[in-house]
Amino acid sequence: MPGPRRIGGGLLTSGGEPVNFRFDGRAFQGLAGDTLASALLACGVRVLGRSFKYHRPRGALTCGPEEPCALVDVISGDAREPNRPATTLALHEGLVAESQNRRPSLRFDLLAVNDLLGRFLPAGFYYKTFMSPAWAWERLYEPLIRRAAGLGRLAARVDEHGTPAETVHDHCDVLVVGAGAAGLSAAARLGAGGLRVLLAEADTVLGGGTLLSERWDPWREERVASLAGFATLRVLPRTTVLGAYGHGVYGLLERLAEPQRERFGGLTERLRIVRTRRVLLATGALERPVAFPGNDRPGVMLAGAALAYLRRYGVAVGERPAFFVNSDEAYESAFALHAAGVRCAALVDVRRTSPAAERARALGIPVHAGCVIARVFGRGGVRAVTVAARDGGRHVRVAADALLVSGGFTPVTALATQLGARLAWRGAIAAFVSELTGAAGATAGAARGVFGLAAAAGDGARAAALVAAQLGVTLPPDVSPAPPQDAAQGPLEALWEVPGRGKAFVDLQNDVTADDVRLARREGYEHLEHMKRYTTHGMATDQGKSGGLLGAAVLAAARDVPIEEVGQLRPRPYYEPVPFAALAGPEVRGHYRPKRRLPLHEWHESAGATFINAGLWLRPLVYGGAGWEPVLAEARAVRVGVGLTDVSSLGKIDVQGRGAAAFLDFVYANTFSTLPVGRARYGIMLREDGMLFDDGTTSRLAPEHFLITTTTANAAAVLEHLEFHREAHARHLEVAFTDVGDQWAQFALAGPRSREVASAVVTEPDLSNGAFPFMAAAAATIAGVSGRLFRISFSGELAYELAVPARQARSVWAALLAAGESCGLRPYGLDALNTLRIEKGHVTAAELNGNTSARDLGFERMLKKDGDFIGRALSERPALLGPGRLQLVGVRPVDRTRRLRNGMQLVVRAAPTTSLGYVTSCTPSVQLEGWVGLALLADGRSRLGTRVLGSSLIHGELEELEIVSPHFIDPENQRVRS
Amino acid sequence: MLRIPCPHCGLRDEIEFRYRGDATRARPAAGAGLPAYTAYVFDRDNPLGWHVEWWLHVAGCRRLLKVVRHTATHEIAAVLAPQDPLRLPPQEGS
Repeated sequence: MPGPRRIGGGLLTSGGEPVNFRFDGRAFQGLAGDTLASALLACGVRVLGRSFKYHRPRGALTCGPEEPCALVDVISGDAREPNRPATTLALHEGLVAESQNRRPSLRFDLLAVNDLLGRFLPAGFYYKTFMSPAWAWERLYEPLIRRAAGLGRLAARVDEHGTPAETVHDHCDVLVVGAGAAGLSAAARLGAGGLRVLLAEADTVLGGGTLLSERWDPWREERVASLAGFATLRVLPRTTVLGAYGHGVYGLLERLAEPQRERFGGLTERLRIVRTRRVLLATGALERPVAFPGNDRPGVMLAGAALAYLRRYGVAVGERPAFFVNSDEAYESAFALHAAGVRCAALVDVRRTSPAAERARALGIPVHAGCVIARVFGRGGVRAVTVAARDGGRHVRVAADALLVSGGFTPVTALATQLGARLAWRGAIAAFVSELTGAAGATAGAARGVFGLAAAAGDGARAAALVAAQLGVTLPPDVSPAPPQDAAQGPLEALWEVPGRGKAFVDLQNDVTADDVRLARREGYEHLEHMKRYTTHGMATDQGKSGGLLGAAVLAAARDVPIEEVGQLRPRPYYEPVPFAALAGPEVRGHYRPKRRLPLHEWHESAGATFINAGLWLRPLVYGGAGWEPVLAEARAVRVGVGLTDVSSLGKIDVQGRGAAAFLDFVYANTFSTLPVGRARYGIMLREDGMLFDDGTTSRLAPEHFLITTTTANAAAVLEHLEFHREAHARHLEVAFTDVGDQWAQFALAGPRSREVASAVVTEPDLSNGAFPFMAAAAATIAGVSGRLFRISFSGELAYELAVPARQARSVWAALLAAGESCGLRPYGLDALNTLRIEKGHVTAAELNGNTSARDLGFERMLKKDGDFIGRALSERPALLGPGRLQLVGVRPVDRTRRLRNGMQLVVRAAPTTSLGYVTSCTPSVQLEGWVGLALLADGRSRLGTRVLGSSLIHGELEELEIVSPHFIDPENQRVRS
Repeated sequence: MLRIPCPHCGLRDEIEFRYRGDATRARPAAGAGLPAYTAYVFDRDNPLGWHVEWWLHVAGCRRLLKVVRHTATHEIAAVLAPQDPLRLPPQEGS
């Protein structure tokens, strides 16, 4: 059997194959079924990491997921996963792990000097010391502290496919959390009642505390076997419930075992989102340490953990262990090690007398009743301890290679408190308990303070009946075998701290000492949650699992109040560290968000388009080539000839009903009820706070039938806006909306020669200027397809927008290209569209940015004088009418060879850091020399004809700009009417 | 995460809905003046207890719902239609 400390078979390792692994570069051998911690302990390795702040050597305190110290990085190839507890990390062939927070090595750590400087590094040290100069925090102090403190490291890079993870949604009637005596018994009862049950257990095996006692083997095996007989019950081992999210929603993390990983294509984790009608919390209790000087030395371990290493892995954590306990339960560990042939050096019990002490004495174990551990010798591992009588006087030094501590058991209340359950203090167990009530579910077993395995099993059955009754199910009679009886236990005596010289830790993960807690209180952080933030007690992955109550008790003593008044830290999700990959699941890279493709996507692709994300849409940015030249060539084609662009991503909402016109008057700032049938009109929508929300054209297709278009970005938001205001404020109007954005493909045909091309494909209506003037809208036949035609223009040129059913997009587009060939028709992308609209002075999302009003953008004449509309009242707020508003203007560099930048700040030379506004959009012009841009400038309209400076600190540019009208071309709007 | 019992669609996750604000405020009449509108748009209570909110079921029936929710426990007491009168359960301790 590998490892000198392996003295027996072990429940999980018995018959296991040898497994080779590496820890900090050294080769070791363990057994299949081991964890990294058990394998290293079997090999006699006691130091598994360095502590967070003082870089003290640390071993494993526990044998489970509550481990505060023995966190390691797991390395595979380039990937590196930090903060895995060695106590739950399943060993597998070829595992490579590294300890954390040591520099350069675990054995020799340069920053261990922090430990000697400890008296100068108390809680709050960083807050007080690294205060000034102000610049130094970001550049000097923080990087230094981050290097010195901290837990694991993230991988510098992730391999190409990342770590595969998946998300699963589960539904059940009852989620049972924990498969110890209470959980097993509850799940079996609920399963017998035919309820849909999920039994989640963080451990690799079911049984919880029953795994630690041979007497319980038959009962556990029978119960576990019985679960397989219930068709509606599923067992999830290796699955931790991370948090409770209300309304029956729970997050679970399942870590797949090695054979399953292969079956699921290398999958390592599965995030399960469970929706359940009830939860049954059987989360048990965790043993807690005692604060005494040196209580963090490698070899100091919880008594129950030593028992678990022996029972589960056949590992004796010491050859001559000493014990330090305050309850009869903790003696079980001493008895088990004694029975396995391990000589106990001393059993120190703070109590004067107890039945368990008598049994121990009878076995020949040296019991020191009424005593405490005053000191621990051995920096790299326990060598000896000092036993002192509680009433002072007698001191004995006892040689020991491990110190197994128990300060009692604290019910695990994390999920219950997240669900809003209150905590109640129980003096008999010296701990808070929580009881879930009402519609959320129930608590059973040690989690609600029912200690003893048989009592917990019975309590599980009770809770199961309660929950079943809430769900209207009566459980069949219980025919399960009776569990073994609980032994009679003497009372526990609360013990939190043994005063003395040296650091006595209450939180081993965050290096918080009892003195730190008292310092926090002296400096005014009396409330537990304030103390937590000042000292970092109960933060990080630990969340107070092992020492949370200890810190609260030390604070209560310092404040001289009962602990009930102080309370207990509220643990936050997640209960254990969760890899980001598991949270992201499959929603990474190309699957990060959905893609919306235009009906003509394949055509755009084949034409060499570069695509850009516009919302979820992929829109063609430019056809062929990088740089401005192809963009300007496309834009120039529209100015001098004709171009064709795909505007199908614009939002299109069909509005019908007797109240349609009145409703549009209500949601738009301008009037639509006066719009004649067969005409389109530009409209602006405000939010109720008076700011601009969206713009677009609306066409009246019939007296009670309108089609509105929205910007691509706001398509969904505008529909919601309409629906909300109709139902909340306009229920008297008969009006209905349908989103027809996906049904219609829409193309803009623009340029002085667009009529020539349109006439070749549109057989109806007549396109002459008199018959189909600017802002006309009509049903049309386009390349033989029934569609709609609008004479609207975003480019400022004579233009038509042609809409056809999406499935006809390709044929109509092809017909337009063919018809335009003789005119030099050119498809153009979003960049050229942007160049054209900037030259024309049309606004888009860069100007409709939520901070601008209708007046700011020059739309004040559109605001109707009469009648109510959304945003009317607040658009007349004094602040929006007064001076100083940023108003839309055009800008051009005085030196035409210089360029503009989006986001350039507008300043004057006298005050170069006082922003008067900024450039919102800019482009090289195809009509004018050099660059043109739109800008928002304080009182901009009164500055027309003046000059300002455009400053881009990022690019180190400072340009003189002239302020001009935003309408660079055709301000009289002649071209669109030609 | 909230799970909202939509009267049209059944019990659905919060992610299907869009929160549309405080439903205890009524939009003032046209011409009610700036102070009334300022209060309607900007002034909000922050109650500990029952509250009525607008939720739009955008990934479902697309209907607007009035949801009576407890701000501390997230319990949902009722889901109403927009025209239903406000029925706040009694606030404890107030």
